[in-house]
Amino acid sequence: MTSADQHWSFLLGKLTLEALPLHEPIIVATFAAVALGGAAVVGALTYFKLWGYLWREWFTSVDHKKIGIMYMILGLVMFLRGFADAIMMRIQQAIAFNGSEGYLNAHHYDQIFTAHGVIMIFFVAMPFVTGLMNYVVPLQIGARDVSFPFLNNFSFWMTTAGAALVMASLFVGEFAQTGWLAYPPLSGLSYSPGVGVDYYIWALQIAGVGTTLSGINLIATIVKLRAPGMTMMKMPVFTWTSLCTNVLIVASFPVLTAVLTLLTLDRYVGTNFFTNDFGGSPMMYVNLIWIWGHPEVYILVLPVFGVFSEVTATFCGKKLFGYSSMVYATVVITILSYVVWLHHFFTMGSGASVNSFFGITTMVISIPTGAKLFNWLFTMYRARIRFDLPMMWTLAFMLTFVIGGMTGVLLAVPPADFVLHNSLFLIAHFHNVIIGGVVFGVFAAINYWWPKAFGFKLEPFWGKVSFWCWVVGFWLAFTPLYAMGLMGVTRRLRVFDDPSLQIWFVIAAIGAGLIACGIAAMLVQYAVSIIRRDQNRDLTGDPWNGRTLEWATSSPPPAYNFAFTPVVHDLDNWAAMKRAGVARPAVGFRPIHMPRNTGAGVILSGLSAICGFALIWHIWWLAAVGFAALLFTAIAHTFNYRRDFHIPVETVIETEAARSRELALAGAAA
Amino acid sequence: MRHVSPLRSRLPILASLPLLPLLGGCNWVVLDPAGDVARQQADLVVISTWLMLLIIVPVMALTVFFAWKYRASSEAPDYDPEWSHSTQLELVIWSAPLLIIIALGAVTWVGTHLLDPYRTIGRIDHARDVPAQAKPLEVQVVALNWKWLFIYPEQKIATVNELVLPVDRPLRFRISSSAVMNSFYAPALAGQIYAMPGMETKLHAVLNKPGSYEGFSANYSGAGFSNMRFSMRGQDEAGFERWAEGVRKGKGDLDRTAYLQLEKPSEKEPVRHFATVAPDLFDAVVNLCVRPGKMCMSQMMALDARGGMGQAGRWNLAALSYDKFGHEAVNAVLPGQSAGLLTEADQLFIKAFCADNRPTTALGKVTGAPLSTATLRGAGLIWPGAKPATERAPASPETAKLAAAAGPAAS
Repeated sequence: MTSADQHWSFLLGKLTLEALPLHEPIIVATFAAVALGGAAVVGALTYFKLWGYLWREWFTSVDHKKIGIMYMILGLVMFLRGFADAIMMRIQQAIAFNGSEGYLNAHHYDQIFTAHGVIMIFFVAMPFVTGLMNYVVPLQIGARDVSFPFLNNFSFWMTTAGAALVMASLFVGEFAQTGWLAYPPLSGLSYSPGVGVDYYIWALQIAGVGTTLSGINLIATIVKLRAPGMTMMKMPVFTWTSLCTNVLIVASFPVLTAVLTLLTLDRYVGTNFFTNDFGGSPMMYVNLIWIWGHPEVYILVLPVFGVFSEVTATFCGKKLFGYSSMVYATVVITILSYVVWLHHFFTMGSGASVNSFFGITTMVISIPTGAKLFNWLFTMYRARIRFDLPMMWTLAFMLTFVIGGMTGVLLAVPPADFVLHNSLFLIAHFHNVIIGGVVFGVFAAINYWWPKAFGFKLEPFWGKVSFWCWVVGFWLAFTPLYAMGLMGVTRRLRVFDDPSLQIWFVIAAIGAGLIACGIAAMLVQYAVSIIRRDQNRDLTGDPWNGRTLEWATSSPPPAYNFAFTPVVHDLDNWAAMKRAGVARPAVGFRPIHMPRNTGAGVILSGLSAICGFALIWHIWWLAAVGFAALLFTAIAHTFNYRRDFHIPVETVIETEAARSRELALAGAAA
Repeated sequence: MRHVSPLRSRLPILASLPLLPLLGGCNWVVLDPAGDVARQQADLVVISTWLMLLIIVPVMALTVFFAWKYRASSEAPDYDPEWSHSTQLELVIWSAPLLIIIALGAVTWVGTHLLDPYRTIGRIDHARDVPAQAKPLEVQVVALNWKWLFIYPEQKIATVNELVLPVDRPLRFRISSSAVMNSFYAPALAGQIYAMPGMETKLHAVLNKPGSYEGFSANYSGAGFSNMRFSMRGQDEAGFERWAEGVRKGKGDLDRTAYLQLEKPSEKEPVRHFATVAPDLFDAVVNLCVRPGKMCMSQMMALDARGGMGQAGRWNLAALSYDKFGHEAVNAVLPGQSAGLLTEADQLFIKAFCADNRPTTALGKVTGAPLSTATLRGAGLIWPGAKPATERAPASPETAKLAAAAGPAAS
């Protein structure tokens, strides 16, 4: 090694020009498109002088509502990336027959399916549910904000930093080629010497900090900041499911952090936790990652169960059937989700008694889940159901999710799992519950709470186009996968021998195409609704005749949410207030104490991303500098005493008067 | 001979008849396999599905019905915005799934124990028991990057990417891997089980129909994963013996050197045969000590069991390195340390422990074949309050057999 080389490797670590995937035309084209698009966005923001506005009003905001919306935008952007991966896989599998290698080589294809899983779980589903909880929970419990507003901003930016690292791996270096859970020994240094697994590790570690902190934040919020009178059994169901979700987050994400740390030590300092030799045990990794991984499933699905509960009660125009059994079912699911992890690897050779135990605990979860479904069902009984989009998604969920639940219980029978494990049947199953549950739920939530967030409803026409494309597309895309699982076709295959399978993959690809139309229609729906926002304006703040407190305030709510903290007497408190004809207070306003915006979150997460990037590429000096800067900024921020301010009483009076005028206008129109 | 009514054993298949129109033209190997173990697993798939449909179908139907009946435009007269509780209904909605799960849980418990891959099989198919003196054919399976090695210790032959099996003879697979985690899966034969380096898993099965089938790795294992497939052929006992004889007369020696060559990553390997195999090759693979100069895990564990070697143990690092520093570099002693740096005394010390690097075989626990499935089905159980079985006249030859078997153990 010449001394010049040594200098370069000191400066840039493993990073060289070869790390840029210039040999992959698909990636180069993508990069060109991203660069052009990015340049256009940056140019437009500069031209319209929006940077200052974005920085002041959004990036540094500690307002839970704005952070919630930013989470949703992050989820949406990453969703497009994750879906692009899905389409590429579907096309590859539809054409790689009869000796054809398709259009993706193994190196590229294996990164795509890994990235698809990682992105969809960590950077799509998680931001979506976290965003919903962030936006809705403080409003539902009558709070000003979350317990730790700065922490909330920091959590969001850490998640974004993780997402940014994953995106960077597309153009600088490579992503992991291991599957989304990066089982060793494949993910160990011996079999994945490249930077792909390091990108995986550091992206998840950095995002994991955000997720864990936001979990702590929301638990504290729900436990401590409920409006007076809101006892636990008067909490809205969505708040209940959020509480359980965040308990799950706080109790399970540290396990992920720990197991990834052990993998990091194996890769960076030569320990032997999961190596083949020196007493390492890859089986331990599989156990640990699923001890996080299974609760994660419920972290995603519990909040949307809450969404469906809110939507069902609202659009049925009646109280939710069996509120307390709904709450207990949620709690039971929360607890049980910790004792089922082994069902992800019945085939690893545990004894029959161990396998049966975990199989049966898994089935037991279906009892509270079934009870929930019945509760929604009997909420519809003796109702007057309005079939707006949120309710349509709920109905599609009920009909889709039961099938996914059924195949899930089927996979919980160990001998059945032996023949279906890792097959396309399994793929169909978890997409059936994640799309049919989480994704449909998020769409229901977006259509439901959009008017709250922005003050106007979404256009139903394009929403319905999107709905039908999604629902039909989903079944078209995944029924063939169920079928092929029963033909013994396993997952993650890149090329196929058996030509009779091709037709099934082609049908699945058409289904994915239909889903693409659904996504396009959804984007059109947003765009059209924003353009025509004045036609769809909602002045009441309560466009659906809602039942919970978030509908008591204006749309969008003022920064302080409620001029007076509401007092809760009832479950469905807003419905009760409307029935009782409670008048809005018009006098007695006071200045409102609020947290002040800060850029510390952006800076800290930016430094984390730099530190992560440096560690990925072994640029040790930069990692050290980045980490030192991280510590310094964190400590310096503790000396920032300009943390709060008061909204002057005049502003409050003016805002509330404007709201009164709006209400009067709405009343006159009605 | 087992007294199982033909209808009963065929019940799951009959029950799946309505699905048949969907099945035409495709190879539904998971539902219609050629081996008895996979057949029973498929039956469980079908039974469980029907059990759950008992509740799924009414729920889906009710959902659609309520959605239609209580749509706002119908202005249903029984609209009741306050109706939100009914103890009877709550009882039903919690107990109906509970009952289904109790039934399914019982099926699971029994099925999981009966079809435990570590359990020696007790029957050839639904009508035939395994004869008492039958010895299962052992096949040792090694997942290599990215091909399958099958060693037949009894026949003293080995193959790559081809698994030939005698029909109707119980099989015992001992499974391991050389590099990363794979899953050994031939859907026509039996469910899968992971193949893991430094570890041995087991699978017991039987193939009932002659023919050609396919097997593959069902756990992603790297770049060559898609082509990690093997052909599986079932032949009658005589045909199998002829085939084995043919291989034995052929060429190719799978000694340790040949194995080390073979385990190097490669894709789309053609079928290969080896006329001879090093006798302890599989155990050496499991113990990560095929390469000369390596210490077997079994030896290390034996050392550790005697208290280890204290500080001197660090001399073993090189002898215990397997693939930590990349598979190609396993011959290196230590990073940054060439063999020359070791003193002669050190080398002698290491040699004393692992010169022969012969694994000691640790016999894994094998679960015995079930004596009878009757107890598990409840047929041989004593009704509460009834006299003990030994005092009653046996109801059937089956229970008589059971009672006889249970007798000495009970006393």
